[in-house]
Amino acid sequence: MADQPAVATGTPAHDLQLSRQKAAGRARWGRVAVYGVLILLVIIYLTPVYLTVVTSLKDPAHIRLPTAWEPPRPISWEGYATAWRDFAPKLRNSFILAVTATALSAIMGSMNGYVLAKWRLPGERYIFPLIVFGMFIPYQSILIPLFQFLRSVNLYGGLPGLILVHVVYGLPITTLLFRNFYAELPDEMVQAASIDGAGFFGIYRWVILPLSAPAFTVVIIWQFTQIWNEFLFAVTLTQPAAQPITVALANLAGGEAVRWNMPMAGSVLAALPTVLVYILLGRYFIRGMLAGSLKG
Amino acid sequence: METSLVRAHREGASSMRTGKDRLIAGLMLAPSLILLGIFVYGFIGQTVYVSLTDWGRGASLALQPEITFVGLENYRQLFTGILDVRFRQDLVNMVFFSLIFVVACLGMGLFLATLLDRPLKGEGFFRTVFLLPMALSFVVTGTIWRWMLQPRGGVNVLPTLVGLPRLEFLWTTSRQRVLQFNWQAVPQGLILLAAVVLILLGVRAWRRGTRRKALLLGLPGLVAGAYVLLVGRGVNWSGLPFPETHGFNLALIGIIIAATWQMSGYTMALYLAGLRGIPEELREAAQVDGASRLQIYRYVELPLLKPITLSAVVVLGHIALKIFDLIFAMSGPDNAMTSVPAILMYLTTFRGNQFAKGAAIATLLLLLVSLLIIPYMVSTLRKGDEA
Repeated sequence: MADQPAVATGTPAHDLQLSRQKAAGRARWGRVAVYGVLILLVIIYLTPVYLTVVTSLKDPAHIRLPTAWEPPRPISWEGYATAWRDFAPKLRNSFILAVTATALSAIMGSMNGYVLAKWRLPGERYIFPLIVFGMFIPYQSILIPLFQFLRSVNLYGGLPGLILVHVVYGLPITTLLFRNFYAELPDEMVQAASIDGAGFFGIYRWVILPLSAPAFTVVIIWQFTQIWNEFLFAVTLTQPAAQPITVALANLAGGEAVRWNMPMAGSVLAALPTVLVYILLGRYFIRGMLAGSLKG
Repeated sequence: METSLVRAHREGASSMRTGKDRLIAGLMLAPSLILLGIFVYGFIGQTVYVSLTDWGRGASLALQPEITFVGLENYRQLFTGILDVRFRQDLVNMVFFSLIFVVACLGMGLFLATLLDRPLKGEGFFRTVFLLPMALSFVVTGTIWRWMLQPRGGVNVLPTLVGLPRLEFLWTTSRQRVLQFNWQAVPQGLILLAAVVLILLGVRAWRRGTRRKALLLGLPGLVAGAYVLLVGRGVNWSGLPFPETHGFNLALIGIIIAATWQMSGYTMALYLAGLRGIPEELREAAQVDGASRLQIYRYVELPLLKPITLSAVVVLGHIALKIFDLIFAMSGPDNAMTSVPAILMYLTTFRGNQFAKGAAIATLLLLLVSLLIIPYMVSTLRKGDEA
């Protein structure tokens, strides 16, 4: 008779409740495990960041390989002072380069995207893939003629030449991003504007452009980040006075017996603009990144 | 009456959109087309041409270098010349780097996305952290990891913090090599690989009942495989006079770790977008059918992620084939153990002034990337047209 209650638990309702409780318990442990793994991964992913910041704040006399992981005592800003002194002109170069080339390639990309999305042109089936292919090529395969061309028009070694290069090779991705964005805008809007008498530029100015803000945001962020971070063109096509920050940083790390606080501080300075853009506008950054796999 | 007026108006407008304005549209696109025509296709043509000449030998920087057409001589030297052993080693490095890097990014990205694809507190924070390295330059990543992987510091001294002995691995300065093979056996190896793939495809087609296709694929595979095993054994088809050992340089491990650290966030974002895009009804339907959480993952979600994996393989694969800045900053262009053709092209051209050979390396690099990109572009854009 003492078993009676146990039998009573056999009712379907009670069973269900029990299994729910069990499932909830399991789910809770599952969640704890997931959080545990995620936190461990966060620590691993941030380890290089920690070491960089710690090293950048150390006095060079205190940087020793066996104690690399210890926090700086006392904190020394010497690394940043040196890095800033040496890198300020390079950061300026990178800034001029990235802003100018981004603006130009975004404007041209927007126009190209508008034409390709809203106008019928002969052979456009082939034009678009031929444009887009340009963003996948290894730039080594155009580097020698590019180098010779820039030398022959006296643009080798300086910032204007590098800006031109980044505008041209930025066109495929900016055209792709704008074209995919504009393709989503309903054709009826263009038709309505056309009926109202708007021509090619009128439609662009009064219909397309006012709706383009999200596309411009994605494109500008993407291009700025890419051009700021670029290295191959920078190292082969510029002379020291026009070098962007990436080249200066790579040259610095080339020396073996360096005082590591300086390259680490330099890395922080070089990374800061793009990291800030990413943290503040990450949503748009990710959108640009995903569009790189062709689908808008 | 009014409708016909409207129609006439609309037809007038649309014919306007096809007349003068269409010409303007073409003219507005023209500058970009001309620029890309010259800077992409013209320059590629020029590179291919340079690769078929000797381009003034050492005097390539002269404004009017003396140019002789030499056909495929530069390519022949790259694959069979004793002096160009560095190219073959770089090619092997590139293959190992690309394969391991792509697999590591896919695995890590899928793992992270799977963890994050559930209601979590602070999901945004986790996502931000894993994607953060993507915002960095490869040069910054290389500099940081160069310091992380110092043989007598960095990661190697981490165990000492908990009282364990220090790690002794030399990372990018390691000279260890595993999976060694003789370059002279490469032609046979490649043919055998192709044969196995063909035979496997043939077997699959046979199982699916398409006999003709199965024979068309399987028979050439069998013939090629048999030919290599019967005739090709011990014969030197490589054109290389002396045996030459290559293999997986362990020095690449550090580069692969750094590259995966930087790019796994990309695959995570791709997979996460894919998982979020799976309609909830599919999962519910499977649940009603009695599938466990794990079974839903395995039989519903993973198969639906296949197209994403394909995109990721292509995008990461072409990044891997082109990898340059990371290795340059992390182990330097002169470290042959971690070098790849993209680096060698730079050294050959801009340090060695051998433009013709540099152009040949660049052409081969373009060829490899095209083999990956063009089929992908064709299929993606065709799908886009149908949609």
